[in-house]
Amino acid sequence: MTLLEEHPPVEAANPELEAQSVKAAARRGLLHALPAYVYLVFFFALPLVIVFVFSFASRSTTGRPVLGGWNLDSYARLVEPVIRTIAARSLWLALLNTVICLLIGYPFAYWIATRSKSSNRNLLLVLVLIPFWSNFLVRTYAWRVLLDSNGPVTGLGEATGLWGQMLFTQPAVFIGLLYGYLPFMVLPLYAAIERLDWSLVEGARDLYATGWEAFRKVTLPLSKPGVIAGSILVFIPSLGAYVTPDILGGAKTTLLGNYIVTQFTSGRNWPFGAALSFVILAAMLIATIFYFRSGGKTL
Amino acid sequence: MTDRCAVGIHGVTKRFGDVAAVDAIDLEIADGEFFSLLGPSGCGKTTTLRMIAGLEFPTEGSIKIFGEEMALRPPNKRPVNTVFQSYALFPHMTVEQNVAFGLEMQDVPKAEARMRAGDAIDMVRLGAMTKRKPSQLSGGQQQRVALARALVNRPKVLLLDEPLGALDLKLRQAMQIELKDIQQQVGITFVFVTHDQEEALTMSDRIGVMSEGKLLQVAPAEDIYERPANRFVAEFIGETNFIPGTVVERDRVRLGNGQVVTARAEQPAGTAVTLTLRPEKLHLHEKVDEAPADYNNITCRIVRRLYFGDSRYYELEAGLGAIVDCRVENIPRLRTWSVDDEVVLSFHRQAAEALSE
Repeated sequence: MTLLEEHPPVEAANPELEAQSVKAAARRGLLHALPAYVYLVFFFALPLVIVFVFSFASRSTTGRPVLGGWNLDSYARLVEPVIRTIAARSLWLALLNTVICLLIGYPFAYWIATRSKSSNRNLLLVLVLIPFWSNFLVRTYAWRVLLDSNGPVTGLGEATGLWGQMLFTQPAVFIGLLYGYLPFMVLPLYAAIERLDWSLVEGARDLYATGWEAFRKVTLPLSKPGVIAGSILVFIPSLGAYVTPDILGGAKTTLLGNYIVTQFTSGRNWPFGAALSFVILAAMLIATIFYFRSGGKTL
Repeated sequence: MTDRCAVGIHGVTKRFGDVAAVDAIDLEIADGEFFSLLGPSGCGKTTTLRMIAGLEFPTEGSIKIFGEEMALRPPNKRPVNTVFQSYALFPHMTVEQNVAFGLEMQDVPKAEARMRAGDAIDMVRLGAMTKRKPSQLSGGQQQRVALARALVNRPKVLLLDEPLGALDLKLRQAMQIELKDIQQQVGITFVFVTHDQEEALTMSDRIGVMSEGKLLQVAPAEDIYERPANRFVAEFIGETNFIPGTVVERDRVRLGNGQVVTARAEQPAGTAVTLTLRPEKLHLHEKVDEAPADYNNITCRIVRRLYFGDSRYYELEAGLGAIVDCRVENIPRLRTWSVDDEVVLSFHRQAAEALSE
């Protein structure tokens, strides 16, 4: 007892010590995030600033960008009919692709997530991921073979009389986009459905819900985070797609991505390409924030 | 309680692969009864409940609810509701929406649904919480929402799957009383699944004890405790001593030390039996003549003494083939003994039940 009493009384709180530990934790956090910060600054923020600056630049008579003679001409050109047509086409294809990916991906992800054996689930997930083992460009060229006038898809269409030559048409671009981005829809949906508490569905069935009602009222709302994540992962790259329309599409299927590339290459109009890129980025950011917000409210 | 049969289970078996989770059980639960299915985990009690709910379908047999065959009917077409062990409250809905869910699914008019949901929420005293999400409620409050959500539908039978399991002891005891009160108030048949024998004993009109898919005994709570049908029931419910013996004649059993005692034994003479003796029904005396005249007296030696606060346990050795535990209430001025003391163990005929091997 005497030994214990000889110790100095423990202070209730030591604000100085507490502040120090908070600072130390913040320092450690910064250290962990440092590589990511460096990466983002050099490969995202800095290029973005460059694009932003170039969007106000002017051109020399030969089309070289000139850092000077700052103007808003490039932004003014964004309302031209050709841009509106291309933007509408891109938006339509990206939306359609997102919806169809969702319609195909949800039942598929649901089916994988509800396999009782985890080894079966993992096998099915690996099958979803297998396409990623080969290069996207190579796979898109493979579609070119499939959709070509001598290819099996065209053959089938001609045999049934339902469709003809597909390559270099909008449906070909759509098929390419659907093929390319479906896994990005399936994976987040799987993650969301897999961790659902199935006793909630049983609870709904017990409370007089039919199977469909239980899905609509319980399963679907609770897997909404997966729907949101999957939709964003499909919609954004579809809107900016470049490789797929470039290889599978034709002159009438130019999408925003191709158009921007053209501005930087044969079009020799860097300021316009930069302005278009920047406006699309801003629009996408705003739309994404709204989408997340609308999902967040119901969760 | 009327004699109408609320739930009739006949020859029901449920196999998962090769394993029979429920093995040919027969059970009738009366209208208005508080019936408990009691047993260790994996005994098939929850599977039985889920088959009544329609969340599992029996491999064989018939399940009737108020005379109507239900065995293969989907859960949404049965007049029963369940309080799940995990509560299964919808996390994306408020308390009010959770409670009104069943009514909405049954297309009850909006105004009526709101009123009934409100009444049910008031009944479980959560009137101030209607707009909250389940995650904003305590475990006990969630439990009450689950109860209101089930009862609001006025089911013919309410099924409860270990609903108090996740609550701490004090809250559990309070909820036991509340549940029992609610059951008497609404007059609905309750089928209650639990592994907690004390819970089953305090709440139930009748108890069905299950083990390994079989229904071992169905009887009122007192009978289950006082007159267990077999060794498993005697051991699972409360504490008991098992002493081997042989029936000499009706109600007389010879023990391992050669002594013949009176007991409740209806087996024919010569049958090997096990006597079950509850520790609290045994008495200790210093001398034989201190014990009541019609009691059995066995001289023993104390081998261990345990202090439990409200009582003392003495472990006794008397050459009976088993150590006998004796519980003595901690009452002031009552005599206590030490290890190696010689004492007289006495018990009444009614305290010893002979179980066939």
